[in-house]
Amino acid sequence: MPRRADRPALLQGNEACARGAVTAGVRFFAGYPITPSSEIAEILARLLPQVGGKFIQMEDEIASMAAVIGASLAGRKAMTATSGPGFSLKQENIGYAAMAEVPCVIVNVQRAGPSTGLPTSPAQGDVMQARWGTHGDHPVVVMCPSSVKETYDLVIECVNWSEVLRVPAVLLMDEVVAHMRENVILPRDDDVVIWDRPAPDLPPGHPDFLAYRPGPDDVPPMARFGDGYRYHVTGLHHDERGYPLHQGSKAEELVRRLHRKVERRRRELTKVEWTVGEHSGPALPEGLAEGRGRGAGRTVVVAYGAVARSAEEACRGLAAEGRDVALLRLVTLWPFPDEACRLAAGLAAGGGEILVVEMNLGQVAREVERAVGGRCPVRHYGRVDGELITPAEIAAEITGQRGS
Amino acid sequence: MSGTWQVRLSGAGGQGLILAGIILAEAAVIDGRNVVQSQVYGPESRGGASKAEVIISDQPIRYPKVTVPDVLLVMSQEAADRYAATVRPGGLLVVDTTHVHEVPEVDARVFELPISGVARDELGREIVASVVAVGVLVALTGVVSREGAREAVRARVPAGTEELNLRALEAGHRLAEKGLSAETRGREDT
Repeated sequence: MPRRADRPALLQGNEACARGAVTAGVRFFAGYPITPSSEIAEILARLLPQVGGKFIQMEDEIASMAAVIGASLAGRKAMTATSGPGFSLKQENIGYAAMAEVPCVIVNVQRAGPSTGLPTSPAQGDVMQARWGTHGDHPVVVMCPSSVKETYDLVIECVNWSEVLRVPAVLLMDEVVAHMRENVILPRDDDVVIWDRPAPDLPPGHPDFLAYRPGPDDVPPMARFGDGYRYHVTGLHHDERGYPLHQGSKAEELVRRLHRKVERRRRELTKVEWTVGEHSGPALPEGLAEGRGRGAGRTVVVAYGAVARSAEEACRGLAAEGRDVALLRLVTLWPFPDEACRLAAGLAAGGGEILVVEMNLGQVAREVERAVGGRCPVRHYGRVDGELITPAEIAAEITGQRGS
Repeated sequence: MSGTWQVRLSGAGGQGLILAGIILAEAAVIDGRNVVQSQVYGPESRGGASKAEVIISDQPIRYPKVTVPDVLLVMSQEAADRYAATVRPGGLLVVDTTHVHEVPEVDARVFELPISGVARDELGREIVASVVAVGVLVALTGVVSREGAREAVRARVPAGTEELNLRALEAGHRLAEKGLSAETRGREDT
């Protein structure tokens, strides 16, 4: 699908997600439509056949996730998209993918829950479900875009990380970003970095081949089903051949390796963006880090997804009035950006505070509290009525003028 | 046109308001501006309330929702009753008199124009009313260029309906011009 870059295009978040997936090399999509994610399936149904890919609408979300796992084992980069109720249904198979180390990307466009909730209203209530929705200690990668362009970039990141780490990756969107349209300039396909899963260096049928023997990065190279490698795939604890075993020490070794392969890459994986005054970027402006511990009167706002847009508007407005505010926008949600939160605590320590703003009742706020370990007060402002939190609300929360 | 424009298009589901929002947004992109377009609609594909919003600016647009519309279009009585009071004081309220019979008092320039009637009678298809409305808004405000609007209509309407929709856009321009000259006459009378 050749595409001209340079010229800005008007794209919807869900459309950017679908197009980014194709650019990332996704060639299989199975899903069951659900608002506010349906456009992703609709657009991929059109795009995938044009690039030799397959689109299949399954009978439900459970089967969709199973089909994605099957396609991935056969060597395709595979993805599904859903919203909260469907995400709940996919959890069992997401756990299977984590255990069997099958790369796959799950897009969850969050809507207000619990249960079927408010079908076209935004929320951020699935942060913990994205981390812990399936049972057992399992690794996962979760990223959360704030704009249409970032949706395009992050779906590619999710595919890349999922492939090289052989781990399920979740693109956790919200209805606002999914449905809004913005002018974006997409990169040329040649400028996009694409990663592929590691391939075995032994030929099929080689007696020394072991499907689950990890490389030095703790990731086992992945053989394609159908290429002649003999191995077994199971959700049970297994040995390096993939066959079930029932031995506690080996089970512990496997679970620890599954986590270690993600933890090793934590620094590259955890992305954030700082906005302080005119500065905006992945690191704090120079000089500010030295001012740590002198946070009297300072508010460091932590936000992500669509809410981060409101928070940035509020922070820039207050900064222009001379107020000491900074914004830490979380791009990666899992692994949780502990290091950036500790930096935020350093900025707020000595009389300031961290204010976490999110469309839930404190799912990220409690993680921030854990990360900062009491170094500064952490306050939460949340809303669960299906409405995007406004800049005015956030500004009032920072200045203490709420309700006045 | 520079500065930031907040535009709210409201009416009933099935009137084409979301398409109108997309056409305005596309035109703004063609003009080289920043734009965010969003919409609110119920689960019904026809009937029920529908609202599309477009923010157009030369600055980065962060908060994606319209707070105080500079330009408000109301194409149903329900939308008029619900949103008329939200228009910015001194802003612009465009009323489709085909569907709105009681216009709430507002502190804004008000244009009462038979938008859907023109679509039905002049163009033979009421379904193009929202494109007539885009033509009206563009001519009244210059929020996007007329050329940008034409290109956007071509890019965004269903294949095979381009000519009809371009005629709808032009009918909207003419309707606005009539409204403007009526406004001038009204001012001279007082």
